[in-house]
Amino acid sequence: MRHTLSVLVENTPGALSRITGLFSGRGFNIESLCVAATLDPTLSTLTLVTYGDDFIIEQIIKQLNRLVDVYKVIDVTEGEFVEREMALIKVKAEAETRAEVLRMCDIFRCKVVDVSSKTYTVEVTGPKSKLKAVIELLTPIGIKEITRTGTIAMIREKKTV
Amino acid sequence: MAKMTGKDMVVEALKREGVEVIFGFPGGAIIDINDALEKDGTIKFVLVRHEQGATHAADGYARASGKVGVCLVTSGPGATNTVTGIATAYMDSIPMVVMTGQVPTALIGNDAFQEVDIVGITRPCTKHNFLVKDVKDLPMILKEAFYIARSGRPGPVLIDLPKDVQNGKAEFNYPDEIHLRSYNPVFEPHIKQVRRAYRLIKKARKPVIYAGGGVIIAGAHNELRALAESTQTPVTMTLMGLGAFPGTHRLSLNMLGMHGSYCANMAMANSDLIIAVGARFDDRVTGKIEAFATKAKIVHMDIDPTSIQKNVKVDVPIVGDCRIALEKLVEAVREDSVTAEEWSERHRGWLEQLDAWNKRHPLHYKQESGVIKPQYVIEKLYEMTKGKAIITTEVGQNQMWAAQFYKFDEPRTLLSSGGLGTMGYGFPAAIGAQMAFPDKLVVDIAGDGSIQMNIQEMATAMEQRLPIKIIILNNQFLGMVRQWQELFYDRRYAATKFEMTPDFVKIAEAYGATGFRATKPEEVDDVLAKGLETDGPVVMEFAIAREEGVFPMVPAGKATTEMLLV
Ligand SMILES: Cc1ncc(C[n+]2csc(CCOP(=O)(O)OP(=O)(O)O)c2C)c(N)n1
Repeated sequence: MRHTLSVLVENTPGALSRITGLFSGRGFNIESLCVAATLDPTLSTLTLVTYGDDFIIEQIIKQLNRLVDVYKVIDVTEGEFVEREMALIKVKAEAETRAEVLRMCDIFRCKVVDVSSKTYTVEVTGPKSKLKAVIELLTPIGIKEITRTGTIAMIREKKTV
Repeated sequence: MAKMTGKDMVVEALKREGVEVIFGFPGGAIIDINDALEKDGTIKFVLVRHEQGATHAADGYARASGKVGVCLVTSGPGATNTVTGIATAYMDSIPMVVMTGQVPTALIGNDAFQEVDIVGITRPCTKHNFLVKDVKDLPMILKEAFYIARSGRPGPVLIDLPKDVQNGKAEFNYPDEIHLRSYNPVFEPHIKQVRRAYRLIKKARKPVIYAGGGVIIAGAHNELRALAESTQTPVTMTLMGLGAFPGTHRLSLNMLGMHGSYCANMAMANSDLIIAVGARFDDRVTGKIEAFATKAKIVHMDIDPTSIQKNVKVDVPIVGDCRIALEKLVEAVREDSVTAEEWSERHRGWLEQLDAWNKRHPLHYKQESGVIKPQYVIEKLYEMTKGKAIITTEVGQNQMWAAQFYKFDEPRTLLSSGGLGTMGYGFPAAIGAQMAFPDKLVVDIAGDGSIQMNIQEMATAMEQRLPIKIIILNNQFLGMVRQWQELFYDRRYAATKFEMTPDFVKIAEAYGATGFRATKPEEVDDVLAKGLETDGPVVMEFAIAREEGVFPMVPAGKATTEMLLV
């Protein structure tokens, strides 16, 4: 099963490499990886999407916790959570397709962030499924380039009634 | 506060950590620290002949004494030469601090002379490692390194010290204790889990304690014995666990696994409860995992949560220091109303069954006239040393014969590379052990292949006047690999036959040590007696039956009940 792990690590040189080394050394999978600072400058958050059976996920979490630099590991997939990813898609936009690209952007609430005579660069944010849908629809028009951020996630706050 | 240089900080920190001896080898990038150590004069520096020797010596020192072993080497090749020793210590959870010199910070990344990214290289085989970029950070890093190396599941820690950091100045604040927010080795086992474990023990009719190196590391041998004796539960040990429970005890089943005793493997296979303590269900122990201990419930105590549920499904996990966990378990036994007679009564059938297995296939070898049997050499050594020696081993058949035929009654008396299986480990490890215990008898049991991997340390042993005895079981083969070839490769002895072996007696003599050789069975006792009596380092070479095998043997990937017997 697919799991999204939120890993809080000490902001030290080598911490990231320890984590990626752990995954490659032990043959665990990484689907995506996203690292950024937190409010506390001494800690970073690493959002990691991985997959495996329960046995493997348990090992991954334990092995991560064993690293001296890892402060906390949260499996956000355990409960309610929000997940987002952003992609920048450079798509062919010549006379006959320009309007169509814009129409799709409208439907999916994407933004056009760069324009040239032959292309539009589209920004799309959302859960993985949305990115997938947009990419599928833009593919026949002609995608020239894609970059993606990888997933970030957060546990939903408990709603009190 | 007065400022201090990095190199003096290192010396001061080592003293505060109680370090008495360092094993190492100098070079341009570490010369300053050697100089500071020399000026200070309190810590003994053992100059080895190869950095790998330094790491194994520090490791042997740590295994024998329970203290942190320390190494000091230069950058580049000095640092890379430590990798095998670090990985050896990592696999067997040995506390060690390795300090490497590094090129000045300004040159890092420039492919400077003797620059190597040793922190990158050793990341996967250290418990943790540090590149010190600023001398201000050095005191805390030194403190953390020792703390991390010895706490929780111990392991090697490397500190890379650029030359300008060694010579830079800063304040030296060295706390007595530290707390790291991201590193909390769990100590207190969960009492609820202990109670659940006890309930299983009470229900079991065929229990076995399976003890590993963690028992020795935790100093839990007394508690282990108390549990075994109070509940009349037999104990089998891994290679790393030998000595955790007396090998001569009535309840000892000896070693289990690939070359374990018939009785131990049968016990595991037929048990209804396995109490694993500080052991990790390694493939050399379980054999084919699907066929392993299918009838047993499993209680698993380990300080490292990653060891639990890694290879087998566990019914009652107990994470924590296994000394405390065992203590609590023994308490549970005492508080209960089951009497000693009742425990004996409950397990009588099981113990009788084990006895019958043991009688059917005891650890055993065939004497043949005219050739020296290696097992006989070890048996004799055991007799003559009354089981009191610290034994180190190399890797291969020599290691397994030592494990099978020397009986270890005390913890920290068998030092052997279990996890990594490093040939060349035993002799330098003996140097470390002898440094820790100058008055004990230290014997390295070696093969003719392994001993040549760190034979240069003869010079170190001579220089330090360490009366280590080396027993070379010379079969002129890389025997363990040859055994596999004999059994599974139609006796094609590819790359395992030595056409040339040196004269080990002359090698000993060339270093100024003493050498003896036995080529006939009737010479064995005499060579051992003379060798053990002679002062200083001694090499005893035994020309053994060339194609002798280690049995029982569970072929790799087979169930542990599918043992090949003598
Ligand atoms: C550094 C290293 N290289 C290779 C091996 C693989 N290996 C395991 S046992 C063995 C043979 C050891 O030969 P020897 O030291 O003569 O001991 P014997 O088995 O004959 O007692 C080898 C090559 C190893 N364990 N370590």
